[in-house]
Amino acid sequence: MSISPVRRMRVAEVERVASRIKRFRLVDAAGHDLPAFSGGAHVVVGMKKGDHLLRNAYSLMGAPGDTSSYQISVLRTEDSRGGSAFMHEEVEVGSEIEITGPVNLFPIAKMGRRHILLAGGIGITPFMSMMHELSAQGADFELHYGVRSFEQGAYCDHLKAQYGDRVRLYQSDKGEKLPLERILEDQPLGSHMYVCGPKPMIDWALNLGRTVGWPEEALHSERFGAPAAGTPFVIKLARSQREIRVGPHQSILEALEQNGIDAPYLCRGGACGQCETAVVACDGPLQHNDHYLTDDERRSEKKIMICVSRTSGSSLTLDL
Amino acid sequence: MGLVFRNETFRDDFTYKNSPEGVKRFPFPFPEDKYMYSVNMEPHTPGPKGSVFEHLIDIDEHYVSEMRDRALVLQQDPKRCQALPHMMTAQWDMLELIMTSMASSHPEHFTLSRNGDDWHWINRPLGIDQKFRFGDASTLPYEPMEYIGRQCQGDFSIQDQRDNQLWMDAGIITSQADWSLDFDVGMNFHEWHGPVPLAHQAGVFDRALKFLLNLQYGQPTRRFNWTMTINPRLDTSPENYHKWGTDRTTVTPENVGEKVHLRVELQALFRLPRSNAILFSIRGYLISMEQLVTVPKWARRMHRVLKTLPPELADYKGLTRYRDTTIEWLSKYDDGAPTTPGWGPE
Repeated sequence: MSISPVRRMRVAEVERVASRIKRFRLVDAAGHDLPAFSGGAHVVVGMKKGDHLLRNAYSLMGAPGDTSSYQISVLRTEDSRGGSAFMHEEVEVGSEIEITGPVNLFPIAKMGRRHILLAGGIGITPFMSMMHELSAQGADFELHYGVRSFEQGAYCDHLKAQYGDRVRLYQSDKGEKLPLERILEDQPLGSHMYVCGPKPMIDWALNLGRTVGWPEEALHSERFGAPAAGTPFVIKLARSQREIRVGPHQSILEALEQNGIDAPYLCRGGACGQCETAVVACDGPLQHNDHYLTDDERRSEKKIMICVSRTSGSSLTLDL
Repeated sequence: MGLVFRNETFRDDFTYKNSPEGVKRFPFPFPEDKYMYSVNMEPHTPGPKGSVFEHLIDIDEHYVSEMRDRALVLQQDPKRCQALPHMMTAQWDMLELIMTSMASSHPEHFTLSRNGDDWHWINRPLGIDQKFRFGDASTLPYEPMEYIGRQCQGDFSIQDQRDNQLWMDAGIITSQADWSLDFDVGMNFHEWHGPVPLAHQAGVFDRALKFLLNLQYGQPTRRFNWTMTINPRLDTSPENYHKWGTDRTTVTPENVGEKVHLRVELQALFRLPRSNAILFSIRGYLISMEQLVTVPKWARRMHRVLKTLPPELADYKGLTRYRDTTIEWLSKYDDGAPTTPGWGPE
């Protein structure tokens, strides 16, 4: 299994687009064209702060056919593990950062007849490129976008100007609520739903979709957010005979990378299955935070997705 | 220095042959003396100069004649090239991948100039000079997949990815080993592999699908497949079975060397950028037994692989009728000496 090649990028533009959100425009540091991508794709940005290495996934927001630059948006989070703070405070025009990708784990269903996009807060980002693509294809789509306030929501003006009535905004400071029941109940055959936002919103949309009879194939979601924190523990690598400490706010994958060990990954969100690792031994329960393993696989305690899952025990032996 | 293109046929009088240099670069597919299925995938990274891996897309001395044969097949049976409507973006992705690769690997034969979406393609061996607008199919004489597929060696299918599955929703397939695009189009990964014996039980397809669903842009992967063909015929399709099926009964101890061919497919898989689809290229290579045995290691190993091949596989590959005759003929070239691992000559 190979590891993504790294591309060095230079920051060409930084714009504050909402009170806690900055948009970054990145160009290839060597001046090359970038690969085109598809709506919903993301890149992983590698951040080095001292000897601390962090990698976060960010959706690409520009036009998928634009090979001159990539754009990402970063929300400064309150309980930041350092990634969003790093992007907000230390990255400026001219800075160089490394990315891998693009990878698309949230693609448009090409056979869909109608596309219902549901965004909450910073969850708007994958839809920016998706709407470029849908619009260019003349597809039937609508965006329902929940924000706290007009000031805290990113790209509200831009979206209204670009897509007009296809975009509906719901501002919670005005007491407006995304009317999900009404939206999902009344859609024609061949509709697809896509949701990205806070975890409760995603769960709500998927569960409601199932309840009102949407087929599973028509329900799409992308989750984001940091790997869950927990107690520190030690991972023992059975093959290479190494021991590595995993900190309370660190994932196993991050601890490996910190120690110079390249492990395969794509989404860093427990969705794609790429980082599945065999568990040799564990002296405490596994905390599975992924969306990939089946219930049986979880119960077996033989596999773990190292990008998001951990243990509450003191050590975990992996087949690495 | 450019390639020297052979003028040869893959039907009627069958004048196809490899040059001595062509034999040397033949991708002999067996790393050991026995064959069994495996998920034998490896990164499709550039290989040694002159090898079939040197470039992502391999163009060789048979290029012009193969393209002539493809045009004949398409003329007689347009259904060999099909694309479902949602695959148009993927067709453009494929055209871009092939044109950029051919132009950079063989600038003496192919040139691509791009100015935004205004593209200019020159294919000197086939005498083509085409200006067109990328993304606008009305500016090409064919849809993009067919346009570039008529100018690139190898068969191609394009898989859409949805519902954690791959769907064969487009393809240009004119030199296939007894399978049909017209039959398979729209099927998913498990459906089109349905007929393959032994591999399902081994879980090969579940693992391969999982791997492919996470295939990344810029990191193509490849594997080999193989079968045998009587006469150097490219079009061994089910549609034309009546034309080639009986060839299998014509093998005699006297003509094995010239009639029986090893057919190797270098299969590569590419994630396409704009469509998120996967391009599957099936690049076929043919070598007659008499040319193959000029490499002593290949002669010994071919003999041993055929001898130990499970009967289910021999049946599936359609070798049963002439297998024994071929083993007998090859035995003259197998002195029982040990062979080294790997597929290169000793």
